[in-house]
Amino acid sequence: MSALFYTASAVAIAATLLAITRAHPVHALLYLIVSLLGAAGVMLALGAPFAAMLEIVVYAGAIMVLFVFVVMLLNLGPGAARDEAPWLRPRYWIGPGLLAAALLMQLLASLWTLDAPTAGVEIGPKAVGMLLFGPYLLAVELGSMLLLAGLVSAFHLGRVQPARGSSE
Amino acid sequence: MSAVPLAHALGVCAALFALGLAGLLVRRGLLFSLMCLEIMLNAAGLAFVVGGSRWAQADGQVMFVLVLTLAAAEVAVGLALLLQIHRRFRSLDPDAVAGMKA
Repeated sequence: MSALFYTASAVAIAATLLAITRAHPVHALLYLIVSLLGAAGVMLALGAPFAAMLEIVVYAGAIMVLFVFVVMLLNLGPGAARDEAPWLRPRYWIGPGLLAAALLMQLLASLWTLDAPTAGVEIGPKAVGMLLFGPYLLAVELGSMLLLAGLVSAFHLGRVQPARGSSE
Repeated sequence: MSAVPLAHALGVCAALFALGLAGLLVRRGLLFSLMCLEIMLNAAGLAFVVGGSRWAQADGQVMFVLVLTLAAAEVAVGLALLLQIHRRFRSLDPDAVAGMKA
């Protein structure tokens, strides 16, 4: 299991690194999907199979497909890559890279003192479901309201604007 | 099942978060900004799963499900806004929408 953990985390980090450095939106999206699959592998190695499957089905499946649909709808291709390419010169990476590296070093330094292992026990979907529809029922209801609000606002924002003056 | 050290597992989350942050600071396109936000949200959700795995409790996975819900709602609204911006300004550059109409 620790072999799966280290392989999957290496894949996730490498794919994320590639995703944020691509100029072409479709290439970046594909690398991001690989990164999410790697994160799902990490979850599987940590004994959370339900979260891993949700990561694949909802994140890599639904959310990323939404991104791919938008890229196709907008016909973003070589044009968008040409617009992005000037921003990917190495000197633009220095400042943000240093800032992010400082944050990472600080986080890792504080984590390095942790000496605890993870439990290594598998927690199946049943335990998660019992908790979701027991003590966390209110949170689930609020989450469904949030999704409904997201649906309504996406519908409202996404419609084609009628000619000015015809509404009102 | 052999246990992975907690520091390594949280270190992976920290690395993914830092990569997402660096991407968010560098990339200009709105689509890439949304993607980097997704990377950071995913890292936070992974940290919840790691925490749940540390104490062998299912609560971490419950919080991951809630983070997933939040990410789905955020992406739906964000992509709808992106479609409108592209329709009106023919560009995904945030500078195109920098001007305010007084």
